[in-house]
Amino acid sequence: MNEVMDLSLVDWSRGQFALTAIYHWLFVPLTLGLSFIIAIMESIYIKTGNPEWKKITKFWMTLFGINFAIGVATGIILEFEFGTNWSNYSWFVGDIFGAPLAIEGIMAFFLESTFVAVMFFGWNKISKRFHLFSTWMVAIGANLSALWILVANAWMQFPAGMHFNPDTARNEMINFWEILFSPLAVNKFLHTITSGFVTASIFVAGIGAWYLLKNREKFLATRSILIAAIFGLISSIYLAFTGDISAKLVGEKQPMKLAAMECLYKGEMGTPLKLFAVLKPSNDTSRLNFPYTKMVIEIPYGLSLLTHDDPKAFVPGVKDLIEGRPEYGLLSAREKIERGKIARQMLREIKEAQQDGDTEKYLELKAKFLDPVFQKNYFSYFGYSFFKEPKNLIPNIPITIYSFHLMVLLGIYFIFFFITIILFSFYGSIEKNKFFLWIMLLSIPLPYLAGQSGWVLAEVGRQPWVIQDYLPTLAAVSHISSSSVQITFWLFALLFTALLIAEVKIMVKQIKIGPKDH
Amino acid sequence: MFETLSLFTLQHYWWIIISLIAGVLVFLLFVQGGQTLINTIGKSDIEQFLIVNSLGRKWEFTFTTLVVFGGAFFASFPLFYSTSFGGAYWLWMGILFCFIIQAISYEFRSKPNNFLGKKTFDIFLFINGAIGTFLLGVAVSTFFTGSKFSVDLKNITNDGVTAISRWESPAHGLEALLNIKNLSLGLAVFLLARVLGLLYFLNNIKNENIKNNSRKHLIFNAIPFVFFFLLFVIGIFLSYGYSYSSGSNLIFLEKFKYFKNFIENPIIGLLFFVGVLLVLFGILISIISKTTKGIWYSGIGTILTVFTLFLDIGFNGTSFYPSNFDFQSSLTIENASSSRYTLMVMSYVSALIPFVAIYMIWAWKAINNKPLDIEELNNESHAY
Repeated sequence: MNEVMDLSLVDWSRGQFALTAIYHWLFVPLTLGLSFIIAIMESIYIKTGNPEWKKITKFWMTLFGINFAIGVATGIILEFEFGTNWSNYSWFVGDIFGAPLAIEGIMAFFLESTFVAVMFFGWNKISKRFHLFSTWMVAIGANLSALWILVANAWMQFPAGMHFNPDTARNEMINFWEILFSPLAVNKFLHTITSGFVTASIFVAGIGAWYLLKNREKFLATRSILIAAIFGLISSIYLAFTGDISAKLVGEKQPMKLAAMECLYKGEMGTPLKLFAVLKPSNDTSRLNFPYTKMVIEIPYGLSLLTHDDPKAFVPGVKDLIEGRPEYGLLSAREKIERGKIARQMLREIKEAQQDGDTEKYLELKAKFLDPVFQKNYFSYFGYSFFKEPKNLIPNIPITIYSFHLMVLLGIYFIFFFITIILFSFYGSIEKNKFFLWIMLLSIPLPYLAGQSGWVLAEVGRQPWVIQDYLPTLAAVSHISSSSVQITFWLFALLFTALLIAEVKIMVKQIKIGPKDH
Repeated sequence: MFETLSLFTLQHYWWIIISLIAGVLVFLLFVQGGQTLINTIGKSDIEQFLIVNSLGRKWEFTFTTLVVFGGAFFASFPLFYSTSFGGAYWLWMGILFCFIIQAISYEFRSKPNNFLGKKTFDIFLFINGAIGTFLLGVAVSTFFTGSKFSVDLKNITNDGVTAISRWESPAHGLEALLNIKNLSLGLAVFLLARVLGLLYFLNNIKNENIKNNSRKHLIFNAIPFVFFFLLFVIGIFLSYGYSYSSGSNLIFLEKFKYFKNFIENPIIGLLFFVGVLLVLFGILISIISKTTKGIWYSGIGTILTVFTLFLDIGFNGTSFYPSNFDFQSSLTIENASSSRYTLMVMSYVSALIPFVAIYMIWAWKAINNKPLDIEELNNESHAY
């Protein structure tokens, strides 16, 4: 008899992974961006020979070091949690997902960690140029680390380059390049690392502003602010560009996520884009009639244009995706569930024939299973078979839309933020404008908020899937008790919070001490 | 180049890589071992400062190697990742916690306003060195002694719980602590890490008190290390091993399997023997002479010993992760591996390993061109 799934285990496992990822992403963006800013500063030092630039470089390097260690600590947990909490996932897609993770270790982690040691301890031991080379290697290594894990994440959102092997009951890689260069992977990588660049730029500019407000470290502050603003402006514009591509790809590959992030229930031709919306709470248990708007600001035809480059294009809503719209080639969720069940039943029969030694039946079923028509019409809905109710295929709409809108609004703010800094710097008046310096300082938390919103959108918006259409989150968990995960959840929460407090306190103290003591 | 290799060959190739990473990882545990000796060997603040900074320049090598070990295992033998990590939950979580608290401790311990206080971070380092190494040893020992789990791929088609791997002990990994062989290897790894840590101090720190203390403590750690190591090795050599015939994948018990594997693969057996001798030689010459090179003999010996022990359980029709609950669920390099294509792709990436090794050695030399002394630390802008 089948054991009943404990749904609280799924929720706590989700919670633990989300907790780890959220904390991890508090530290990583700064590492990604600050590593490049430091490398630029050291390059200027080598070029000019001015020791002030060395002092500036070493100051930011100290803050980088404090932040780097904690990012490493939280990163290892994510890697191991794939096994400890998502053991089924580890097998079902480990053949594909594991490879980028291993490549990340061999190619990027060693590069990063080896040259970090040289960067910190090599000042008096190696030549200036070799030291600069090491600093650039740290920046490249840190960002390459991000590449591989983002390739893996993009693959989960848009599976490509693989096929299902019924003998091993898992998905297997058949084309590495399709996975590496999938449009979603490339765009996700560029979007994510540039968000890190923006985070670091605002961090550097904000701290520079604090020094100017305190009338301290003028050389460090003005130079750092200018470099951060130029680096930040280029990055934030590119961030918006990749964000636009990202929305198109979501529309193409994850229509339910797009519908959720726009709170679009009934699709239409020429769909407007909601720039801002306030949602009403709903008691509708079907989840198909969300009376969403208390207040909404829309751009006519915007969503159709954004996703299809065509103002009249049809964009499906939640209701269309659940109930189906045959005229647009959309199957109902119920139909997908039924087709998925047929695929799962056939897989079961194959495994039973294999176990019973019934070779004839096994070969016959396997041939049928691997038939391209069956794969397309049935197996591609395999993941749907785990659901009884279509409404469970709808992600949490309020969380998805609010995180989307917050991210976009902050992204627009960042572009104006950097333009303003550059203008003030150009006219040499940034030090005099105390009000704007305060804005710069108080803006430091904003890119963190935007980055977290982006990840919430990406990960909550794709629920209930861990692998889009193939494996739902509830079928990916390990066979452990919910109470075990609850214990480790709280232990991690306690530990991460303590470490975050420690990091912030140390950072603040180091900033107050300033570069003179380095 | 790798396209022409069969799945069977690639499985063996990747087991060799996993074994090699495991060997390097255990060698690099000298950082952890050293962390348990900071107050024992360093009698003054200056000596402790020297020890912490000497170790602090290497912690990332160990940490990264652990991450790569996990990543490579996931990619090449995902069924192990799925079964062991998801099953022996508490054992692996224990190891994880021990390593998380290490990562921040060096950077945070001496920084002003560090919230938890220097002593807390030093306790974190001790926990990482003592419990982390011990648990790693226990976890690796289960590769020989077995665990209680079952694997059924058909479970993915269930309507309820779909987990293909199930741990059949409610202790979820903690039951490994009740096995004498597991405890022996746990203690042996812990003591070996301390021995390597002491040899590292001899080589890397320029301070007579630290050197004298390190030599003195070497013997007190080496004797129990040898005892527990022999207890483990003799125990597994004399016990049953989990065997299978390639192709049939039918797992059965075979007397003296792990010893027989060394006899039937004499090169591996010989390398194991040489590895053990090198470890002992490094320790002995460091005790009886003034040499500081013992770390290299014992280090290479450690890599060879661990490397060959891993080959012992992966090759020659042996289950590398046996189930004593259901023999047929035992994992072998044949039934637990990734597909041929994935192993082939990753093999190309593995060709980068020699380059990685070259720049690591270069970096190591660049920042270690002479033993660390207090003068250097006083001129250092980045100290722990």
